[in-house]
Amino acid sequence: METDLIWMTLLVFVPSVFALGLLLFPRKWEDAMCWWSLLGTAVTLGISIAIFINYKSGVVDRQGPNNTRADRVAMSLDARTAAMDEAAQEGSSAQFKQNDWVARYPWIARFNIDYFLGIDGISLPLVLLTTLLSFLAMLASFHIKRYDKGDRFVRGYCMLFLLLETGMLGTFVALDFFLFYIFWEVMLLPMYFLIGIWGGPRREYAAIKFFLYTLLGSVFILIALLAFYFSNMRDFVSDKVVAARANRLVETEGDRLPGQQPQEKLAAAKEVVRVNTFDLIVLARAGRAALQYLGNDRNVDAVTVAPAVEEAKAKVAALKEANAAADDISRAEKELAALKAGLNSRLESEWFFTPAFQLTMFLFLLIGFAIKVPVFPFHTWLPDAHVEAPTPISMILAGVLLKLGGYGIIRIAYPICPWAAEYLAAWVAAFGVFNIVYGAFAAMAQTDFKKLVAYSSVSHMGYVILGIAVWNSAANSDAWSWGMNGAMYQMIGHGITSAGMFFLVGVIYDRAHHRNLDNFRGLFEPMPLYGGVSAIIFFAAMGLPGMCGFIGEVMVVFSAWKFAPGGHQWIGITFAILAALTVVLTAAYILWTLQRVFMGTNPAYKNYPDITVWELCCAIPLVILAVVLGVFPPLVLNWMEPSVTHLVDTLVSFRM
Amino acid sequence: MLPSIDPGITNSLLEFLPELVLVLGIVLMLLLRLVGSFNRSHLGGFSLTIGVIALFVSLLQALGEPGLKSVLEAVSLAESSVGKTILSLAQTPPPAQSQSMMFGGMLIYDQFTIFLRILLYVILVLVILLTMTTGIPDAEDSADFYCLLLGGTLGMVLMAASAHLLMVFLAIEMASLPSYALAGFLKGRRQSSEAALKYVVYGGGAAGIMLYGISLLAGKFGTGYLPELSISLAAAFVPSAEGIPFDPILILATLFLLIGIAFKLAAVPFHFWCPDVFEGAAAEVAGFLSVASKAAALALLARLTMFVGGLDPLTLTEPAKELPYLSIIRYLVPTLAVFAAITATFGNLAAYLQTNLKRLLAYSTIAHAGYMMMALCTLTRNGVDAMLFYLVAYLFMNLGAFAVVAYLRNQTRSEDLADFRGLVRRSPIMVVTLSVFLLSLLGIPPLVGFAAKFQVFAALFNDGQRYFELGEKGIGTTLLVLLLVGGVNTVLSAFYYLKVMKVMILDPRVEDLEGQEAQRYPEPIGASLYTGVLAVLVLLLGILWGPLVTWSQRTVDRFRVTPGKDRSMLVASAADVEAGGAGGVGRAALPKGKGNVKGKGGFDKGKKQ
Repeated sequence: METDLIWMTLLVFVPSVFALGLLLFPRKWEDAMCWWSLLGTAVTLGISIAIFINYKSGVVDRQGPNNTRADRVAMSLDARTAAMDEAAQEGSSAQFKQNDWVARYPWIARFNIDYFLGIDGISLPLVLLTTLLSFLAMLASFHIKRYDKGDRFVRGYCMLFLLLETGMLGTFVALDFFLFYIFWEVMLLPMYFLIGIWGGPRREYAAIKFFLYTLLGSVFILIALLAFYFSNMRDFVSDKVVAARANRLVETEGDRLPGQQPQEKLAAAKEVVRVNTFDLIVLARAGRAALQYLGNDRNVDAVTVAPAVEEAKAKVAALKEANAAADDISRAEKELAALKAGLNSRLESEWFFTPAFQLTMFLFLLIGFAIKVPVFPFHTWLPDAHVEAPTPISMILAGVLLKLGGYGIIRIAYPICPWAAEYLAAWVAAFGVFNIVYGAFAAMAQTDFKKLVAYSSVSHMGYVILGIAVWNSAANSDAWSWGMNGAMYQMIGHGITSAGMFFLVGVIYDRAHHRNLDNFRGLFEPMPLYGGVSAIIFFAAMGLPGMCGFIGEVMVVFSAWKFAPGGHQWIGITFAILAALTVVLTAAYILWTLQRVFMGTNPAYKNYPDITVWELCCAIPLVILAVVLGVFPPLVLNWMEPSVTHLVDTLVSFRM
Repeated sequence: MLPSIDPGITNSLLEFLPELVLVLGIVLMLLLRLVGSFNRSHLGGFSLTIGVIALFVSLLQALGEPGLKSVLEAVSLAESSVGKTILSLAQTPPPAQSQSMMFGGMLIYDQFTIFLRILLYVILVLVILLTMTTGIPDAEDSADFYCLLLGGTLGMVLMAASAHLLMVFLAIEMASLPSYALAGFLKGRRQSSEAALKYVVYGGGAAGIMLYGISLLAGKFGTGYLPELSISLAAAFVPSAEGIPFDPILILATLFLLIGIAFKLAAVPFHFWCPDVFEGAAAEVAGFLSVASKAAALALLARLTMFVGGLDPLTLTEPAKELPYLSIIRYLVPTLAVFAAITATFGNLAAYLQTNLKRLLAYSTIAHAGYMMMALCTLTRNGVDAMLFYLVAYLFMNLGAFAVVAYLRNQTRSEDLADFRGLVRRSPIMVVTLSVFLLSLLGIPPLVGFAAKFQVFAALFNDGQRYFELGEKGIGTTLLVLLLVGGVNTVLSAFYYLKVMKVMILDPRVEDLEGQEAQRYPEPIGASLYTGVLAVLVLLLGILWGPLVTWSQRTVDRFRVTPGKDRSMLVASAADVEAGGAGGVGRAALPKGKGNVKGKGGFDKGKKQ
């Protein structure tokens, strides 16, 4: 049995188990329920840290400190999955790698759905962010009774919260598209109820708006999921998988296949068998093939990711190297030619390898994920949801849920539809820049404290989109990998600062019972410690150098400068300047906010108690992270960067 | 020349055993009333026993002898006398590779029949359990009620097994008549009587139209036996040298036949009875009608379309040009697709406006009939597979929803949504389970409704793509458009399912709003258990749907309606038509050597044996 499978399963389902445990509590033990849930999130946090340590030592450090391209390939999910499948095919359990952090278990055979989990440098930071923020948000939830209008639904709240955590973690670790989709949808409902029951005055409107927007996005993702599944992936899986599927075909449809003998039938089955899969790794391989094929004028020779063809090529090369008999060489060459012809015919006939398919599916995925990010014009649910949601839920919403959109784009949309991604790079980047500028201006106009933070999220997530979108040529691949890494870093930084900001707004709301920025003033006087903590978090969000917000933004802006879609350098420079200038806007609205809330004197708020120890417990970890990640980015980049850069490497190097 | 008709009646009777159990039960129940002591006792337990026995026997038949043996060996009973008795009961194994005909070609006995039969008996058992926990009917009426219930189920099983147009009509009527009476069973309630009357009038009209269609078809082709009819019908649509033949009689006849089924399905525009009947009838009856009646009608539709469409046109090896049924499929797919799309969309849109929970669920059932018809639109085994899975999923979630409505009616004396405001504070278990059922109906994973909807969409996409590859761009586009319609409909349906949950969970409780004293309704243990078990099933089947999908796939794998030689005859006859020019397509299309059937043989097939 693979231990990593068990660990990852625990990571995902421990919160659900704790949620079930809540059913055993008597109705009156509300505090006990909260403590139990806190324990659940703490255990999950512990598991995620254990996984991180093992991943770091077992996968990252084993490759040495040089971070060469070969190292990156060796630690990529692609290579690890291939090794695992190889070992599984041979069936010797001794060869099972216990800590390669990919694991597969068959789930529904009819649709080839696997319970397929895996961790790499793209998902792991977000997993850690999720478990940490869930823990802190649960810590902030102890006063949730205050929000539920005397209904005493503490049990329901805790159960929904833990279910939500399972959904989020599952989405990050799933490597099977179907599994990903299930977890993606699982998040929908807890969020609806958490906003709808414990939210503010317009909670029902906000909850249904959130639900419908996300459901619409999910339908788009579902259609893309079906389209990918029914594409024939037989050229991008190993021979053994093809053989296994052919065997299954003989079993189920045997009497319809030509031939009398079993061998004949098997051969016929191998001819016609289609390999359908939800495996994101395989789909990404096919996506690269589509990029190579379509990017080089539909030339089959450009495709270098089909395992069978590559094997044959290697064989021919090896024979030539060894000066083998001419017969052998020509036979091997004939085999290669046959394989290539087969590949070519499928590339020509499959929908997957047509521009229309790639573009449509890329747009479907992009819309589905953009709703979650949220990208203008799909962002309107976000301010409503944030304003109405209770504080801990706002923390989760801003800290984790928005990241799921960015993660989906990086993990699914770009790898599977890279050709379309390159084709539309300028447009996606433009949307990112528009998001940045629009969010900043909108934030400046707000008087509701939470709405301001919500629009600042729109602005900050724009950097993520821009960083992902700045596709660059192989010569300039460094620039793009800066952008991609910057986008990831921005997601982490924003997760920390936005959750912190929402928490701090909640602290003050608990005292003042309003969020109108014009009615605050002079809070620094009664609450100096609170003011200090707020200043750090808000400066971090502003992107002050030395704080976590700065690193991501600066990496994205640098890479945008080099962005030259179709050779037009001015586009990238314009985007970079716009994104950089927005920092001024950001500084403006954040400083103005601090001024309106903290400066001056206000006799009405004179006797407010300062931030309590309990509240400090929630805020301090975020403050520390905001500073540490700003001062010493390698702390994350060291183990995140290889995976991100590997993704960029595989995508840029496609032209012959 | 008739394909594999059984030599004797004994085999048929054995294969018909579960239905015989049901018949016996009905007769016994009617006789029991004459015996003094049984006159006033509640017959729920008795009918439950009958239902369970019928279910048990059909399960035995489904397992077949080898399967059963392994089960018995697993519990080490194979050698005992009990085990031997059971094994001898299962002497009629299910047809492994082909179907067999019962009663001289009137009924068909194959995996599909077995699947539907088990499904319907599960529904029967669940509905009887529901009625026993809700207290409708009371002891005095119980004999009537359960007789009607058992009789209706019997008719529905026959619908699923029909192999002859005459049998189709008889079965539909046999299922309908008890349904009419059940709808009006709440004596003394005006609404109930109105519902029954509406149902009868609509039903009578639809039956008349359908009978007309049947007689046209039988008259035109001289047979009502479906396998033969399908060949003739398909041949009539094969394009000749002068283009596609246009025969108004044929089109009218098939349309009339479809109308009869559309009425049973409550497909738009033949749905008008459905909301009224569901509102007027007791929730238990509405639940039964919505699940069982729909399952039978869909099974019949699958049967007819797959007969007419021959078998899966998208087989592995056959080149497209040799597919004889393609020409009729070109008509059938768009017709069904339009029906399905309108039904789903209309049902979802209309449901949003309802204030009565039962009426809302009625429109939701209409919408779900639309989804299931979408699956059938593909006219492939994939589609039937998806539909079968959907039926099972739908059984649990929809029956669960109606059960909750029945229990809530007992608690609150109301079925109005306004009276359910803030209900979660009074009956938490009912509201939580209802939420599970509604979310499953909406198709949120990991509930079984999602697995079902996923398969329908998967079938639409997959077969749409394959039709494209066959060169049938029109059909392919139709199916892909249908997929989009289905996706949009999912979002539309979220509005009203969430509305119900919003009213029950998010709204303040009705007593606070109306200034009454708050009270917590007792939740009977039976009710909590019933809905709880169904809700857990909905969740479990949503996670572990592998075995179920294997079963439904195996069912359709054996769904070989037209034996190979008939197909070759059809190709031959189509070639004849082309060779002979445009001389009377209908006549020439009949396979050679079938002249003896042509005249009057069709309806007499039963007697011939």
